Amino acid sequence: MRKHQVAFPALVLLIFSVPVLAQTGAPPAPAAVTEESGQEEMPAPEYEPPGGIVVVDHPNDAGDQLDVSFESARPEDLVMIQQVFRRPAGKLDLSGPDGQGVGEDSWQAVYSVAAGEATFFVDGQDPDYPIEPGSSYEYMVTALFMDGTEVSSDVYAMDFSSVGEIFHTGKVRVLIACAIFLILIFYYFQKAQSGVEMYLRPIGGIEAIDEAIGRATEMGKPILYVPGLSTIADVATIASLTILGRVAKKVAEYQTPLLVPNRDPIVYTVADETVKQGYLEAGRPDAYDPDSVFFLTDSQFAFVAGVNGIMMRDKPATNFYLGMFWAESLILAETGSLSGAIQIAGTDATVQLPFFITTCDYTLIGEELYAASAYLGREPKQLGAVKGQDAMKAVVMTFITAGFVAGMIDIVAGTHILGWLRDLVTMPIVD
Amino acid sequence: MKRSVPLAIVMVGGILMIIQYFIPHQYSQAVFDTYTEWGPIVAVFALVLGIGSLIRVHSHKIRRRAKNWQYSYAVLIPLFAMPIFGLILPTAVAGGTDSPSVFDFLFMNVQVPIQATMFSLLAFYIASAAFRAFRAKSALATVLLIAAVIVMLGQVPIGELLGSWFPKIGQWILRYPNAAAKRAIALGVGFGILATQLKIIFGVERNWLGGAGE
Repeated sequence: MRKHQVAFPALVLLIFSVPVLAQTGAPPAPAAVTEESGQEEMPAPEYEPPGGIVVVDHPNDAGDQLDVSFESARPEDLVMIQQVFRRPAGKLDLSGPDGQGVGEDSWQAVYSVAAGEATFFVDGQDPDYPIEPGSSYEYMVTALFMDGTEVSSDVYAMDFSSVGEIFHTGKVRVLIACAIFLILIFYYFQKAQSGVEMYLRPIGGIEAIDEAIGRATEMGKPILYVPGLSTIADVATIASLTILGRVAKKVAEYQTPLLVPNRDPIVYTVADETVKQGYLEAGRPDAYDPDSVFFLTDSQFAFVAGVNGIMMRDKPATNFYLGMFWAESLILAETGSLSGAIQIAGTDATVQLPFFITTCDYTLIGEELYAASAYLGREPKQLGAVKGQDAMKAVVMTFITAGFVAGMIDIVAGTHILGWLRDLVTMPIVD
Repeated sequence: MKRSVPLAIVMVGGILMIIQYFIPHQYSQAVFDTYTEWGPIVAVFALVLGIGSLIRVHSHKIRRRAKNWQYSYAVLIPLFAMPIFGLILPTAVAGGTDSPSVFDFLFMNVQVPIQATMFSLLAFYIASAAFRAFRAKSALATVLLIAAVIVMLGQVPIGELLGSWFPKIGQWILRYPNAAAKRAIALGVGFGILATQLKIIFGVERNWLGGAGE
């Protein structure tokens, strides 16, 4: 063969192979040909393990939460799931397969991130995997790809311990509001004690209490007082027992029978002492009947059945329903209405208020129940507390009105005034 | 002493719990957990007093042959029988609380149906209360009646058949004026609760001690 017949084709090959070589920098791997199918097998994709693990102490907690974030494994579209493992720090030298530790010191899968989900979570919220305050941990993330390949990140060891904070910075607004409220309450305490006359608007339900007691006395029938179905921890129950004390004192003076059924044993003991004290203050300790205040049952509807039975048999002339009520409120009030009694109700359960309003003669709505004690006793500090409540409501109403007006102006004029006020009101308090 | 010690306990405990709310540290949380663990323990002792009161009241009624004294047996017999069936009777003779047992039979076939019966009375009582309350006696009562009719019709399919605007206006009434009123009441209740708690903590309110505001 002549030289030019070999050189020319070689030169053409050389010219056309230059761009290919320039792109890869290396000759491409020859495609493998499988023996079974005879088809070419594609090279496996290169998997990049998860990395960039960052752990910081979660703010405003008891030292039992950590913020964990990491960079996802690549390629992300081939990732099926990524699991975050955790173990106490400093356990690298423990026995066990591959030095992975044993028992509680072994890796625990504390969180799973499915494909496409955020690679950030707060560790310690799962009660199965708690974090001990003051502890350090190591983290590792393992990614599972669609083809079953599993790759793990490097172990990240915390160089700090989880710490609980002394003050919850997210509750600064609450602290300020409480401080304002306290200042207003004590201011009106002082004002009331200095003899300043304080006006309270008349509340029909409270003014009717005397009338209702008088009615029962004239008819010679008992008074039924239900202090709610909640526990002593409920402030509505305490407010009710405060009113019970004053009712008991009046009842002692008029010598009217009083019936106080209780659902909670602790409320029963407090109600018993309250009524006894009322009789003592009226100068009639001998007239106190220990069977007038009694524990009925702990079961909600059994209690209602018992009270309904008392209403239908003893036919009290006056029924008081003051405290916390649930679904039984209508059953109680309607049965009392059928028995012909005058009924005064008071609750802070907004869901039950409509039932009481439609069936009772007088209803104390929400805060009127808490103010009733001040109305009945007319003591300076009690009146001052009510005025302090009203003052705080005025402050809140001012904020709401200002925010509302600013919001309307923003919508109309396209401005953004008083944004700090909106943030103040709408930003949630994260516990 | 009889009054000052409880007042001091309440004041110290109340102020401590207020401060605890603002401190998320684990020691603060431990104090809170301890306080809340004590509640059920105290309640159990109070339950003994409550049951004692129940037995005393009904025993007196039976002894005095007071009006309807027979019903007192209906209270006392199950009060003693159920614990015997549940705790003392051996499981070999249908004792215990798990099914099958006398306790479980009585609970599932007597108490549960009776409770359901009492709850079901609500449906009839709502109807009778509505019949009495929804009368156009005054302007406000008329507004209440119209709003109630619209909201009720908006909740059932026949309302939509009568007019597609029933559900929409019903939802608007519930979502705006009704929600606004509920929030206003809740605001007042919140401040009332706070004020009452402060009065108790600082000793202004003392009726819970058995005194009438002294």
